[in-house]
Amino acid sequence: MADTYNRGKVEDFGRWKEFSAGMWAWIFHKFTGWVLVGYLFTHIAVLSTATAPDPATYTNTLQGLEDLLIVRLLEVGLLAVAVFHILNGIRLLFVDLGVGLEAQDKSFYASLVLTGAITVASVPTFLAGAF
Amino acid sequence: MAEHYTSFDRGGTRWLLQRVTAVFLIGALAFHFFLLHFVNHAAEITFAGTQARMSQWGYFATMILFLIAATFHGVNGVYNALVNQGLDGTQKKAVGAVLTLASVLLIAQGIRVALAMAGITVI
Repeated sequence: MADTYNRGKVEDFGRWKEFSAGMWAWIFHKFTGWVLVGYLFTHIAVLSTATAPDPATYTNTLQGLEDLLIVRLLEVGLLAVAVFHILNGIRLLFVDLGVGLEAQDKSFYASLVLTGAITVASVPTFLAGAF
Repeated sequence: MAEHYTSFDRGGTRWLLQRVTAVFLIGALAFHFFLLHFVNHAAEITFAGTQARMSQWGYFATMILFLIAATFHGVNGVYNALVNQGLDGTQKKAVGAVLTLASVLLIAQGIRVALAMAGITVI
């Protein structure tokens, strides 16, 4: 571990054409993280407005949302975001433990491929009854 | 020793908690998504079903822990991202205070919703 590697600032997004796999992983992890924390606040807000004294409000709110095709599509997007963040997060935990640093680019590509596969496989479940 | 680029306080409490919550959230988020989209389809969810799940203490406790872990992990991640962008001094303190307040409010409101779902009335 004697080598040093100056990869420049990832924050300079104007350099994106020079970015390596690890830098893309960093950007995707940040992006998916922002989406997930944004969704967390939205999720609690929606459930708060749906939880009323009359139980029918909750059921009708959730089923009303699920009747919208855009909501179904956004759910597929949310799953993709969550799966990538989980898989890349596992990759980061291993790298933090000193395992797999030399193959970090391959594990990033594996995270992407697996995210794509799981997302595609989930589409029939998410869109069931949407049309 | 290779140059290590990170703004995390390596060895600090928040650095460790971010990873401990990550390990918990891997399982909790996957379980949450799987249970409420694949086992029970979201379009078929009713208040009665939610109440039946939330009335089980193990499930209820898991969801509260999930809420707290996700809030910490998410908000701490936002804070770290902003510090990475060069947030410093008074701005850093102000953003830290706002994010802490937002976290406390989110957890408090999340617990209120969880209690309402479980059918537990609180004043």
